[in-house]
Amino acid sequence: MNNVRMPGVLVVLAASVAIIGCGKKEEPKAAAPAPAPAAAAPAPAPKPEMVVKIGHVAPLTGPIAHLGKDNENGARLAVDDANAKKIEIDGKVIKFELLGEDDQADPKTGTVVAQKLVDAKVVGVVGHLNSGTTIPASAIYNQSGLPQISPSATNPKYTQQGFNTAFRVMANDIQQGSVIGTYAAKDMGAKKFAIIDDRTAYGQGLADEVEKAAKAAGATVVAREFTNDKATDFKAILTKIKAKNPDVIFLGGMDAVGGPMLKQIKELGIKAKFTTGDGGCSPELIKLAGAASEGVICSQAGLPPEKLPNGQKFLEDFTKKYGQIQIYSPYSYDAVMVLVDAMKRANSVDPVKYLPEVGKTAYDGVTGKIEFDEKGDIKNGAITVFEIKDGKLATLKSEGGTAASK
Amino acid sequence: MVRHQRLVAESLTMDTLLQQLINGLTLGAVYALVALGYTMVYGIIGLINFAHGEVVMIGTMVAFTVIVFFAGSGMPPLLILGVGLLVSVVVCMVLGWALERVAYRPLRHAPRLTPLITAIGMSIVLQNVAMLIWGRNYITFPPMINKQIYEVGGASFTNVQVAIVSLAALVMLGLIYLVHRTRIGMAMRATAQNPHVASLMGVDINRVIAMAFIIGSALGAVAGCMVGSYYEIAHYQMGFMLGLKAFTAAVLGGIGNLAGAMAGGLLLGLIEALGAGYIGDLTGNFLGSHYQDIFAFIVLIIVLMFRPSGLFGERTGDRA
Repeated sequence: MNNVRMPGVLVVLAASVAIIGCGKKEEPKAAAPAPAPAAAAPAPAPKPEMVVKIGHVAPLTGPIAHLGKDNENGARLAVDDANAKKIEIDGKVIKFELLGEDDQADPKTGTVVAQKLVDAKVVGVVGHLNSGTTIPASAIYNQSGLPQISPSATNPKYTQQGFNTAFRVMANDIQQGSVIGTYAAKDMGAKKFAIIDDRTAYGQGLADEVEKAAKAAGATVVAREFTNDKATDFKAILTKIKAKNPDVIFLGGMDAVGGPMLKQIKELGIKAKFTTGDGGCSPELIKLAGAASEGVICSQAGLPPEKLPNGQKFLEDFTKKYGQIQIYSPYSYDAVMVLVDAMKRANSVDPVKYLPEVGKTAYDGVTGKIEFDEKGDIKNGAITVFEIKDGKLATLKSEGGTAASK
Repeated sequence: MVRHQRLVAESLTMDTLLQQLINGLTLGAVYALVALGYTMVYGIIGLINFAHGEVVMIGTMVAFTVIVFFAGSGMPPLLILGVGLLVSVVVCMVLGWALERVAYRPLRHAPRLTPLITAIGMSIVLQNVAMLIWGRNYITFPPMINKQIYEVGGASFTNVQVAIVSLAALVMLGLIYLVHRTRIGMAMRATAQNPHVASLMGVDINRVIAMAFIIGSALGAVAGCMVGSYYEIAHYQMGFMLGLKAFTAAVLGGIGNLAGAMAGGLLLGLIEALGAGYIGDLTGNFLGSHYQDIFAFIVLIIVLMFRPSGLFGERTGDRA
């Protein structure tokens, strides 16, 4: 018996030695990078160059990691472009650094990551991607006085909390829900709506606004069903919806949910038209749903990429470096640029000094003219309705949006 | 009130019920196959192999890679699918064997908690390895079978669903035969009853335990291919939720009990479909379909309250 037990004990011993060993090695490693920039910031070397860190948060793992990567790439491109310009602030050449973090689209992780960025002494944050993570994280940035610009969190609550640090560079869900809901009821002539949401702050918020818009336009909501953002089987709720025979199905959720849902709609022989908001309005949806995505009507908060006023150069650069745009990379690009622009005008990278300048932004970005109202929402944000035709997003109509002054 | 009753009546029609039963049966067949992997390992060494969901995921991913590789070769689609299934079964068998050899065998005499933590660790490792190999994006499964949609009594189902349910039934029958009619099956049952006595009788315990992992993983690979061709998408985190549901199914039926895992899987699939389909109407929209998962767990809790070892009881020959 002893013979049998010995290896077990040895392994456990070896494992614990390894763990202890790792722990010891880990400590100096983790501590090493921290003092370097901290030392560089207050006492710059004779060469007047300063490293300024900007945080970016989006889900880089999980079902919508492709959207998170898209946002982060937009921000990276902006940082590269800003560095190429050798911007001088307060007599020093600024080298911007993007600290990309992963919040897994999870509200709890979102706050942990937010605190991590605060501790890493970033001067501003671009993100988060989801409304569900952006809203809880915004309280942490607000306490630390850090400007936060989300390129894609569309839930109205984000800017309704009275935080002077919270901004967004695209229209919110009140506007978007009303445009897509009214479009379905009026232009598509839908009388009976079935509405599904994924129970996230974004999906639920947008679905509620669509329901309001549909009812205001005289339509009825015959089914209100729910799923979650990690589900792949929707046949049970779709079967229920089929029995109610709606004209239109609206999904408040992301493309990762919409793709398989569209296929299952087809398999169940449901004839209703499918509509969704910006979370599902991506090339990824077309990839996931294949032929079942034909005829889908969807909306994005913003202008279509080809109509972005100053977007041509961005489109070329981005496609060359990172490939196809998903949805919001032009907006995360602009969000970084708005922060940089505010720092330039304040002639300071200190969040206390440049935060007031963010609110006064009047910036010509690749997505159009960016100005904020008193809550931090973009003034006159655009909403575009698309139809998926021949495997591509074709623009049906755009509302709002100001072209940048040339 | 009248309107509400009419809505209830609308959704309680026979064709809707039939459709929900078909939905639940397909889902349940997949759950049952995955649950068998949990239950086989638990029945023999009392370990909950939390990495089993990830084995299923790897099975889907491997099948995907093989199918994409052969997709343009002009081979008949069914043959490609067969090759994909075969390769993924073999890869998962090797993976299951390696998991046992590397992560669990050295800890066989450690306290029960240690291998459990290792299992969770292996699950995280496998997820991340899969992310490195296949990327973080959703992968679309190329549709190899031309999907036919049949309609019976107002309910529709596809040939893929028929294939899933019949293949699952076939595999389960094969497993029952293996466990109850073959030498290795007899050795497995003996080891489950008492590993020490079994080893005294000349049973090679290490080999039997390795076989349980290998067979369980092969079943997982088959389930993985089914999930892949049913939903036509795959993702490196897909194994987690599937594994959790299948584990629930195994507990529901009585973990360690093969028939229990099958019944538990089917039952869980049906509960989910019927729960999501009817809970809203039956409670007057007080509870909506977002209580779908809660519904399944409520049933689990009730079953465990009255039958703590599951519907069919924990493993047939208990160690006592």
